[in-house]
Amino acid sequence: MLNKDGVASIEQVKSRFPSKELLLKPKAITECYEEIPCNPCSTSCPFDAIYIGEDINTPPVVDFNKCTGCGICVYSCPGLAIVTAQIDGDKARFKLPYEFRPLPKKDEVWDGVNRSGEVVCKALVLKVTYTARVDRTALIEVSVPLEFLHEFVTIRRIL
Amino acid sequence: MRIKEHPILTFEEKPKLEFIYDGKKVSGYEGDTIASALHAIGVKTLSHSIHLKRPRGFYCAIGNCASCNMIVDGKPNIRTCVTLLKEGMVVKTQTNKGDLYD
Amino acid sequence: MINKDLVIIGGGPAGLSAAKLAAESGLSSLVVERDFKLGGQLVKQTHMFFGSEKQYAKTRGIDIAKILVDDVLKYPSMIEVMTDTTVVGLYKDKVISLLHNDKYIKVQTKAIIIATGASEKVLAFPNNDLPGIYGAGAVQTLMNVNGVLPGHDVVMVGSGNIGLIVSYQLMQAGVNVKCVIEASNKIGGYKVHASKLKRLGVNILTSHSIKKANGTEYLESIEISELDGNWNYIEGTEKIIEVDSLCISVGLSPLSNLLSMIDVDMKYVNSLGGLVPYIDEHHETSVKNVYVAGDVCGVEEASSAIVEGYLTGLIVAKDLGFKHENYDDLYINFKSQLENLRSGPFGEKTRNGLKEIARDQDAK
Repeated sequence: MLNKDGVASIEQVKSRFPSKELLLKPKAITECYEEIPCNPCSTSCPFDAIYIGEDINTPPVVDFNKCTGCGICVYSCPGLAIVTAQIDGDKARFKLPYEFRPLPKKDEVWDGVNRSGEVVCKALVLKVTYTARVDRTALIEVSVPLEFLHEFVTIRRIL
Repeated sequence: MRIKEHPILTFEEKPKLEFIYDGKKVSGYEGDTIASALHAIGVKTLSHSIHLKRPRGFYCAIGNCASCNMIVDGKPNIRTCVTLLKEGMVVKTQTNKGDLYD
Repeated sequence: MINKDLVIIGGGPAGLSAAKLAAESGLSSLVVERDFKLGGQLVKQTHMFFGSEKQYAKTRGIDIAKILVDDVLKYPSMIEVMTDTTVVGLYKDKVISLLHNDKYIKVQTKAIIIATGASEKVLAFPNNDLPGIYGAGAVQTLMNVNGVLPGHDVVMVGSGNIGLIVSYQLMQAGVNVKCVIEASNKIGGYKVHASKLKRLGVNILTSHSIKKANGTEYLESIEISELDGNWNYIEGTEKIIEVDSLCISVGLSPLSNLLSMIDVDMKYVNSLGGLVPYIDEHHETSVKNVYVAGDVCGVEEASSAIVEGYLTGLIVAKDLGFKHENYDDLYINFKSQLENLRSGPFGEKTRNGLKEIARDQDAK
């Protein structure tokens, strides 16, 4: 339970995903479930696709028709609570924030980890963006088997 | 132990500063506090409590708790967590309230 | 004796912001800081800040520190800064004794803003004074300012935002965080921080507390135990964890010692962290022309301290006859920023606490 161990329930997670049709293009998945005073996801979005409004405690709502899955919110979120997800054939593709060393490299295979910190699959690294724009939060693009669409959340180096 | 690689910060190599800790020649780097230089070489006990002489170390890092008070260049009660290390300093573990100096 | 219009005690987010707005209004100030550098605790905050753009959200604390310090340095003729300077005496007639380079300096001022911040609370358990047991914020300084690691294996006590954030930063520095323990039955800080740790494999053990620390010269292990609904240890649930470091993150208490020196009316308000001064809506205490800003009048996030600093600097300048040309707009703007930051469920404690210490305008 989120309140007890920091793990969102599968229902909570699924409530943040758009329909499978919309997911054929990348979309922002905002895993921000509680009212906290914060709005950079909304103000950083160049497409006005994330709505928070005047009261910055309101959790974000994504307009999936406007969201292009560009990933700007992914590295702008102070809580590292946003990824983008996309269905690509039998794979799920993600852009996720990563703030550890070493950084992964393109074509490397890392472990795919779920919200409880358990390794559930392999993740193929497709792209690593680490420029001044992302301000030290690297943006990592990976693909995992589609069945882990709602389960996968981050990567871990295979030791 | 010093951080070598960090995702957010870069720690540039800074000039080495030699100092004396309880009679031994040791070293830290420019920008260190006395307490951080000692911690980096594994010294965790910085003072002893006045009555029971229990070991005390770094605790608050803002110059508030007095747990890191040491005798520096003859002066007692120096808050080593907020005092920058200087070349040639003589640093001693403090085990009492500190004696008055001139 | 040196004469000043305004002395600001504390060069952290609140103090620096206050100096900037006072200078913008035309009022000179002296900022006194006991550390050897400005920026307060922002200088070790490597994470991106929450809040809105107005409080530099998504900017890392270390970079906000630079912004606030640079803002102050833009007014070299109006803002004088003394670092390595400790206030050792404060008197009702607004005379301040400073200790700087082993010398006492006496300052007479017309107004004072006390922005001393807060200090980390300690926790009572056997052997809690062993070297290797640190305040979580202190470890953050050691790592992120000095680049020195506290040890190899650490347990964090407390799951508030500081505990969760410092645990994550310990991992970024390469330290093994064995677990976070939390006495309450739920996580105290933002869940996004908790989730960040959990997916890295760090367990947050709610309803758990530390029973004692073990070691002779330094920390070697800790004993933790589960707690029942009445905060009592449940016998038989004890576990020994080998660690060389333990971080205590059980809240902050306002550094209000200087306020006591001049008999400012204060009250113990648990939800604000401890002893805090009664203040009016202008952040003035019961002693005329003595103002407060930031954590010293109630522990909150640094974002609030920054805005409180701006607001107080603006007000003090006006009270001394230097009204900012956009006073009314800025006043409303800062007030609404604070209201916004405090309006959610996480601001409830602060809202209730501030009601308790609001000075009645009529009584004044």
